[in-house]
Amino acid sequence: MAHHLQVRDLRAGIAGKPILDGLNLDIHPGEIHALMGPNGSGKSTLANVLMGHPSYAVTGGSVLLDGEDYLALKPSERALRGVFLAFQYPVEIGGVTVGKFLKRAIELRGNGKGMNVTAYIKELREAMDFMEMDQVFINRYLNQGFSGGEKKRMEVLQMLMLKPSLAILDETDSGLDIDALKVVARGVNRMRGPGFSALIITHYQRILTQIVPDYVHIMYKGRIVTSGGKDLVETLESRGYDWIKEQYGIEEEANERAVSSR
Amino acid sequence: MSEQSQAVEIGEYQHGYHFPDESVFKTRKGLNEDIVNAISHRKQEPEWMRQYRLRALAAFRRKAMPNWGADLSDIDFDALYYYAAPQEQQSRRWEDVPANIKETFERIGIPEAERKFLAGVGAQYDSEMVYHSIKEDLSRQGVIFTDPETAVREHPDLVKQYFGTVIPYLDNKFAALNSAVWSGGSFVYVPKGVRVDVPLQAYFRINARSFGQFERTLIIADEGSFVHYIEGCTAPIYATESLHSAVVEIIALPGSRVRYTTIQNWSSDVYNLVTKRAVAHKDAIVEWVDGNLGSKRTMKYPSIYLVGEGAHGEVLSIAFAGKGQEQDTGGKAVHAANHTSSVITAKSISKDGGVASYRGLLKVNEGLHDVRSRVVCDALILDETSRSNTYPYMEINSDDVSIEHEARVSRISEDQLFYLMSRGMSEQEASLMIVSGFLDPLVKQLPMEYAVELNRLIELEMTGTVG
Repeated sequence: MAHHLQVRDLRAGIAGKPILDGLNLDIHPGEIHALMGPNGSGKSTLANVLMGHPSYAVTGGSVLLDGEDYLALKPSERALRGVFLAFQYPVEIGGVTVGKFLKRAIELRGNGKGMNVTAYIKELREAMDFMEMDQVFINRYLNQGFSGGEKKRMEVLQMLMLKPSLAILDETDSGLDIDALKVVARGVNRMRGPGFSALIITHYQRILTQIVPDYVHIMYKGRIVTSGGKDLVETLESRGYDWIKEQYGIEEEANERAVSSR
Repeated sequence: MSEQSQAVEIGEYQHGYHFPDESVFKTRKGLNEDIVNAISHRKQEPEWMRQYRLRALAAFRRKAMPNWGADLSDIDFDALYYYAAPQEQQSRRWEDVPANIKETFERIGIPEAERKFLAGVGAQYDSEMVYHSIKEDLSRQGVIFTDPETAVREHPDLVKQYFGTVIPYLDNKFAALNSAVWSGGSFVYVPKGVRVDVPLQAYFRINARSFGQFERTLIIADEGSFVHYIEGCTAPIYATESLHSAVVEIIALPGSRVRYTTIQNWSSDVYNLVTKRAVAHKDAIVEWVDGNLGSKRTMKYPSIYLVGEGAHGEVLSIAFAGKGQEQDTGGKAVHAANHTSSVITAKSISKDGGVASYRGLLKVNEGLHDVRSRVVCDALILDETSRSNTYPYMEINSDDVSIEHEARVSRISEDQLFYLMSRGMSEQEASLMIVSGFLDPLVKQLPMEYAVELNRLIELEMTGTVG
């Protein structure tokens, strides 16, 4: 089922430190959005808040999923509604094999219906081939001892298997070489369609030549400062993040001055 | 314990039921020479065993309580019953076992397990083995699997040669107590070169209230033989304490291999104070797999004395300390010969205020060479109120040794829980998956049926808590 996600004036932070400062975003079914911005602009915070990380506190604003209060849902409930987060730093879970973990995650999506294990294994093998991952990973402990690139592929593999309707990819491209990047992009492109939307968070434009976004947003200091089509990526490439800082940083400081002089 | 919390405990522990005490013979409360004589008399023992018991009783009185480990100050030795016989005669067929007792073992699943995958079964109810059987082809090969009372009568030479040699009654207060009032247990003898490919299992059940169970197990693996022995235990929940104090001695003769697996799941009012020790002769292998769930206090450190060249010993210890529980467990390896090796792996989990302590000894005698040992202890703490301690003692008296020691204490991390929850798991299921994963490397080494059972027990411990 496709979803419409509405983020309205979202404010959130961690350990008492405000990070998101009135963020607005609309993702309709079938759309691929890219969220770009310099380090520290709050991109990963948005990803964590949208998935429900307990360390982050929402201090204002709202998020609606198909018109319903989304922030009231637990992370597991968000997952079962079809929201998926590809983590920037996936954690290691010792003693739990990839095969067992994925089987359980898929079972949970089946509303208690029994799953066809043979079909599952077949699909998993096919998806691993597609992601150019060795099948021995099925029996390895989840993310344990994986290289950075292997962890990222594992995140995308999980996305392919869990078939979310809204995927958030948090810097899935960072630290990947060009071949790995192509494989990751191929995974996302495979999901593309009317029932799938994505928020691709990235610091670099290069993944966006592989996954062409419908919308591009630039984030700075906890809010989206400008949005546009894929052309915005090219503008950013030619002018760099300094352009953003100059344009919006100065404006912000001007605002702050205006506020403090009032 | 309040009524309310007790009711919760019953909900969590599946074997908390009990049947009326229908013992056909029971000694009165407390312990003295008369009680010991009565037990010995009932068993129609030879005089040497009666004298042994009386010497052990004197040692028990002399010896001090351990001044380390779990808190045992609540044990009232005068408030316990030391012997209760559930029936007049042991049965060879389940049909002959009294109905209540048979139902108890049916509920635990013993007869079914016997049919499916065991080579022999012993079932003890309070003080006596009520059922004992071994597959015919094994007894034809000379394998003996019986209760120790029968062994005293029918195989006195073997018993006299080995009984009390690995764990003398002077060893510690509870070994002395067991030696004075021992009853039931197993006697296993595997002849030279015989391999018992499927496990033998003994199951120990306490039914009576305020009861002390003191089974005695002696396993002798002759040269080049192999045997896997499995022990399981449960008890009802009463508001009064019970005591389980076993002694297990293993003699692994040259080239033999003995594996001893325990899945202990005592109820929360049992003091479980057990001495387990093995001697491994030349090129012998001894493995202890020791799973400790339940009980109020457990003190148990399966030990291996490597006395012959080329001997190898392993201890795998798993402990789960829940609410009100203290698991003081670990393992000991004593190297007394060249070219010997040992591995001790301990994993503990503490939850809801439970205390799990690893206590281990690694000793290498003087003047040895080519001795290797590896000790790894991992603790997982599930919440702020629970604790974990590590007491690894080492006495290394030789130079040509290779010793590795690792100890890790970890808490379930918020990020791990969040990761699993982001894939659709509830917080409870996510914790359970992390705990199962933590134990997985050890559980994998159990026979499949026991791995399943242990996982099920862990799941109960993790999910049974009533909000």
